[in-house]
Amino acid sequence: MPVRVQPEDFDISSEIHALRSGRSDVGAIASFIGVMRDFNDGSGVTELTLEHYPGMTEKSLQGIVDEARSRWPLQDALVVHRIGRMLPADQIVLVVTLSAHREAALAACAFIMDYLKTRAPFWKKERTPAGERWVDARASDDDAAGRWQPGEAA
Amino acid sequence: MATVEILYFARLREALGVEREQLMLPAGVGTAGQLRAYLASRGGTWQTEFDPKRPVRIAVNQDLAHAGDPLADGDEVALFPPVTGG
Repeated sequence: MPVRVQPEDFDISSEIHALRSGRSDVGAIASFIGVMRDFNDGSGVTELTLEHYPGMTEKSLQGIVDEARSRWPLQDALVVHRIGRMLPADQIVLVVTLSAHREAALAACAFIMDYLKTRAPFWKKERTPAGERWVDARASDDDAAGRWQPGEAA
Repeated sequence: MATVEILYFARLREALGVEREQLMLPAGVGTAGQLRAYLASRGGTWQTEFDPKRPVRIAVNQDLAHAGDPLADGDEVALFPPVTGG
């Protein structure tokens, strides 16, 4: 399964091992792990809860992976995104891309994360010393996704 | 008569105190944008949350939609704040 949404933690080593198992045409493996910080927007964060839209989440992640595969020659790609309650230093999201060459693997990995940040229906609520608050979307994430628009793709 | 299932997520769900509802589309409400305007016309918190200046995303049948996209009987329409995953 190239796309998974789950409360459980993941292990990058075993995920990559499973993904490349039996293949000898892979020359480059790129990966990204998003991790929970203990600070955001000027205050400490002690806990994070990730909500999502079951059904649309999987559909949109699959659409993003399909889009990446149409833009770059990938042998395979994987997205694992956690939901539910998380603590500082916990892993939140994993993206892995396999390709014959590094340019495609690295670019596709960045593309998937940029699109995930602005299109996949996840919402973070964080606990701070002042109470709970929903995390606001960042304009910088829209800018990052915008650089992949047609005509600007690498 | 078109009836749609409306879902609310994250801050919107909490602010409105509603997770989902079935709505028979009133006359003149045929697009995602018109639905948003209709919800704002309920007044109070609805008006605040669906004010045109507030960033609200709309998905129709689990695909991100534009204001002009048409709604049909049986559609699943979701309204939510800009996403913050990753």
